[in-house]
Amino acid sequence: MSIDRLDLWIVILALGAGSFLLRFTFLGLVGDRQMPDWVLRHLRYTAVAVLPALVAPMVIWPSATGGSLDPARLSAAVVTLLSGYLTKKPLLAILLGAATLYLGLYLAG
Amino acid sequence: MARSTTKSRFWQGVRDGAPFLLVVGPFAMLFGVVATEAGLNLFETMAFSIVVIAGAAQFTALQLLSENALAVIALISALAVNLRMAMYSASITPYLGALPLWKRAIVAYFLVDQTYAVSVAKFERETDMTPRERYAYFIGVMSPVCPLWYVFTLVGALVGSAIPDWLALDFAVPITFLALIAPMLRTGAHVAAAVVAIALALGFAWLPYNLGLLVAALAGMMTGAQVELIASRREDPA
Repeated sequence: MSIDRLDLWIVILALGAGSFLLRFTFLGLVGDRQMPDWVLRHLRYTAVAVLPALVAPMVIWPSATGGSLDPARLSAAVVTLLSGYLTKKPLLAILLGAATLYLGLYLAG
Repeated sequence: MARSTTKSRFWQGVRDGAPFLLVVGPFAMLFGVVATEAGLNLFETMAFSIVVIAGAAQFTALQLLSENALAVIALISALAVNLRMAMYSASITPYLGALPLWKRAIVAYFLVDQTYAVSVAKFERETDMTPRERYAYFIGVMSPVCPLWYVFTLVGALVGSAIPDWLALDFAVPITFLALIAPMLRTGAHVAAAVVAIALALGFAWLPYNLGLLVAALAGMMTGAQVELIASRREDPA
C-alpha cells in the first residue's frame, strides 16, 4: 500500500530534471538566435491559446461541484472575462470576479 | 539610471505577481496535505515541491504512485502534464533569449503558469523593455509566487488540514488566469485563437494525460497565426 521509497525518489528526481529540460530547451538552446517569422507568428498566440484551454474545463466542469455546471462559478468567469476585456485591468477583474462568485454562492445558499 | 529602472521593474513584477498568492498558497498547502496523507515524510514532501515546482504534475505523479502504478508510468504521465511548459519556454524566448545562459537557466526553473502568464502579458504590452529589465520584472513576479509554493507546502504538511470549502478557492485559478488573458485579447486573431482553444479543450477533455490541452493549444496558436496572416494580407495586398 505505501509508496516504494526508491520509486518515489526516482520519480521526484527524474520529474524534476525532465520538467527543467522542458522549460529550458527553447530558452537555453535557441537563446537570441532569430527564429523564422512563421514560428514567431505562432508563438505570439501561445498565451491566449494555452491559458484559456487550461481553465475552460475548470469553468465548465468545476471539481468542487463534482463536475456539474455551477451558475455561481460560470457567472464569476464571465464577469472576470468581460471586465478584464473592457477595463484592461487584471486586478479589478479579479476583484469583480471574486465578488460575483461569493454573491452567487451566497444566493445559491 | 539603468539600475533604478531594473529596480523599479522588479517592484512592478512583485506587484503584478502578488494576487497569485491566493492561487499558489492554497494549492501548495493542498499538496502538503495530500503528500503527508500518502505517507511522505516532511523531507520527501519538500523535496517534491522544490525539485519539481509544478503543481499539477506533482499531484499527477503522487496520485499514480499511491495507486501503485509503475514509477515509469507515473513519471511519463506527470511529464505529459508538464508539456505545456515547453510552449511557455518557446513563447518567452524572443523576449529573454539575449540573457546570459545562467539567467536563462534561473528563468527556466521558475517558469510556471503564473510567472509565464504575468510576464508575457507585460512583455507584449511594453515592447521597449530591455532584456535586463525583463529579467528584473520576471524575478519580481516570481518572488511572491515561487517561495510561497515551498512555504505553503510546508504549512500543509505540518498542519495537515485542508482549506474550508466555503472559500471556494478551487476557483482562484480560473479567475486569476481569465483576468490576465482578457486584456491580452487585443485583435481578432487573439480572440480567434482563444475561442478555438477553448472549444477544443472542452471537446478533447476526454483525452488522457492532459493531452487535450496540447491539441487545443496548438490548434489555437495555428488559428491565431492564420488569422493574423489573412488580416495582414488584406491590409497590405502586395
